[in-house]
Amino acid sequence: MIYRETGQFRTSYAEDQAIFRLRQDKIGIAVILAIAWVGIPLLADEYLLRAILIPFLILSVGAIGLNLLLGYCGQISLGTGAFMAIGAYAAYNLALRVPALPLLLDFFLAGLIAAAVGVLFGLPSLRIKGLYLAVATLAAQFFADWAFLRVPWFTNYTPSGSVTAPALDFFGWVVDTPLEKYWLCLAFACLTAILAKNLVRSRIGRSWMAIRDMDIAAEIIGIRPMTAKLSAFAVSSFVAGGAGVLWAFVHLGSWEPLAFSIDMSFRLLFMVIIGGMGSILGSFLGAAFITVLPIFLNQAPALVGIQLSTAMVSHLEFMIFGALIVLFLIWEPHGLARLWQIGKEKMRLWPFPY
Amino acid sequence: MRFQLRASILAGGAAIALLSAQPPAVAESIFYPHLVYRSGAYAPNGIPFANGVADYVAMINARDGGVGGVKIELEECETGYATDRGVECYERLKTKGPGAIAFSPLSTGITFALTEKVPIDKIPLQTMGYGRSESADGRVFQWNFPLLGTYWSAADILIQHVAKVSGGLKGKKITLVYHDSPYGKEPIPVLQDHAQKHGYIFEAIPVTHPGVEQKAAWLKIRQTRPDFVFLWGWGVMNSTAIKEAVAVGYPRNQMYGVWWAAAEPDVRPAGEDAKGYQGLALHPAGADYPVHKDILKYVYDAGKGAGKREEVGEVLYNRGVIDAMLKLEAVRTAQKLTGKKVVNGADVRLGYENLELTAERIKELGFEGLVTPLKVSCRDHEGARKARIHQWDGQKWVFVSDWIEADTSYLRPKVEAAAAAYAKEKNITPATCP
Repeated sequence: MIYRETGQFRTSYAEDQAIFRLRQDKIGIAVILAIAWVGIPLLADEYLLRAILIPFLILSVGAIGLNLLLGYCGQISLGTGAFMAIGAYAAYNLALRVPALPLLLDFFLAGLIAAAVGVLFGLPSLRIKGLYLAVATLAAQFFADWAFLRVPWFTNYTPSGSVTAPALDFFGWVVDTPLEKYWLCLAFACLTAILAKNLVRSRIGRSWMAIRDMDIAAEIIGIRPMTAKLSAFAVSSFVAGGAGVLWAFVHLGSWEPLAFSIDMSFRLLFMVIIGGMGSILGSFLGAAFITVLPIFLNQAPALVGIQLSTAMVSHLEFMIFGALIVLFLIWEPHGLARLWQIGKEKMRLWPFPY
Repeated sequence: MRFQLRASILAGGAAIALLSAQPPAVAESIFYPHLVYRSGAYAPNGIPFANGVADYVAMINARDGGVGGVKIELEECETGYATDRGVECYERLKTKGPGAIAFSPLSTGITFALTEKVPIDKIPLQTMGYGRSESADGRVFQWNFPLLGTYWSAADILIQHVAKVSGGLKGKKITLVYHDSPYGKEPIPVLQDHAQKHGYIFEAIPVTHPGVEQKAAWLKIRQTRPDFVFLWGWGVMNSTAIKEAVAVGYPRNQMYGVWWAAAEPDVRPAGEDAKGYQGLALHPAGADYPVHKDILKYVYDAGKGAGKREEVGEVLYNRGVIDAMLKLEAVRTAQKLTGKKVVNGADVRLGYENLELTAERIKELGFEGLVTPLKVSCRDHEGARKARIHQWDGQKWVFVSDWIEADTSYLRPKVEAAAAAYAKEKNITPATCP
């Protein structure tokens, strides 16, 4: 009744090609953006911003990066953590060694460096597919772990191997309060989401999806697998590198290579799988599931007044979280984004389903 | 499906509402946040430490009604030794009650991350026997308190000891087997410096987290046959290292662990084979000190103990007790200095800087023999830098050396240089000390 396209006519190609074609969708996204940009800053306290929303937004960006590669181009990667690390350390070294560059340009160049390394490790994808490719990208992860632990130049010869990000100064605007950091991350997340959404609707995104659905057929209709696959690796690594920069500079402030270990790659992979492969919305939903849910589970017993030992809570958190992952994958193998889509279909028929 | 959707939306809304809800401030109590790890690869070492802290605080609440007449409210938060969860815990606990008094993350990685945050939030960071070594310079690291000794002090003490027992280190080989993280890397600069001074051959072998795979490291040790192996491990890495040493036939009495690699959970899994293994001791083990009697009387007899009764007095348990005692002494000093009963982080920092434990005070607290006197100052946030060597005899730890003090004349300039470099990088103006 509420969510229905009846009576909404599209009279131009531009309208027909819009991302959000339904009036209800447009209102919905406007409300969400208003809440994110104005509502949350007015209501949220420091804990919510710094411990939950900022990591959630940054990992959403990372999940979008991986989703472009895995969900849209069908190339499995276990090296997202590595590309994040490359972005983070590239930005750190650029800020340290070329202080003349503005920070925003550092971030951009760091993304490009991550993209270049991504292309390099994407080369095996031209020959191998599926799980074998996953193993090949694992090499990227181990290479990054090794390089940042063993090559002291990358960490500026600090004895402990832990490096500290410089102050976030964007042309005189120093980002230091939680709220400013939140807005910065939100800006990056919105920008990435719009770019990614438009990219996958464009020629290049369609070529990725053709490769994903059937690479031989795609090749026959004139799509060059090399360009398509390597561009997917490049864009994905660029976005992941950007997420790495944010994770290091905005969220952690000081970090060691362990922050971008294989655990990070797996977490991002789970986000994409649980959120929904081939969906930008799914990247956000997956990131919320993986980052916010464990923290919520950890605090839930205390909030409802049940006193449990810290160890018990922590073990329960692992068990419930694991069970939920399994359950979600059984209920809806296509992820949370698909659930949302089903919900929308139901809403169209509500209240008279047939 | 519709029901599920609605339920999940409701659950999500409730989650956000609950997460943002703040409990009302409790009057007349101070808030003691405690970052612990009772699960994961480091739990065998994290649990006794956490129990020590919890029991000591419970004892003070039961015996004295808190510190300075104010109840202490302790809340634990599980970090699992992971930096991002540690940061989340810190954010969660820092504003609770009248504000957190101080944090002790028991993880070098979390310490590094929090070092950036505590000056802004004005909460001291007590890192007893760990943390950034250069944070001993209180002029730059105004909010860090690496009490009782840093890793640089630890490395210096170990070298002093082995130089003494082997009668000179010229031409000797020393190998460091370290946890490949900021924690394990901390002692390397000092060990390298000493290698030049004493003329020994130094080699460092990293072990990746969590440290259950060390075959390669120990095969290398079998080849090179170093005179001494220093172990800078934590959690399962320590017991694995001792087992691997047995496997390659490396004598345990030539192995020395740092104080985090010389406790019961490290040697017990290796059984009889661990006999002879030595390590640094910040303090003795054992439960026959007056403070333990009070803990057993007020906490365990009341059935409120955090752990098992027989685990009271283990090395890491005692370290937890000392950690809590130092923090509460800083609170007491802060109460005295500010005249306030309920103190916050900024007050407690003042308390730390003026913290002085005299022999009489230690006796009063029931810690005689457990800790040595210490005096923290604006310039020196370490307070004391002494340790003894103890050896595992198969049943218990036995001291094999007297207290050894780290060489300040060598370490202090090094600390100041590193701190100055940090200050320059972060644009910090060092405080002027009287």
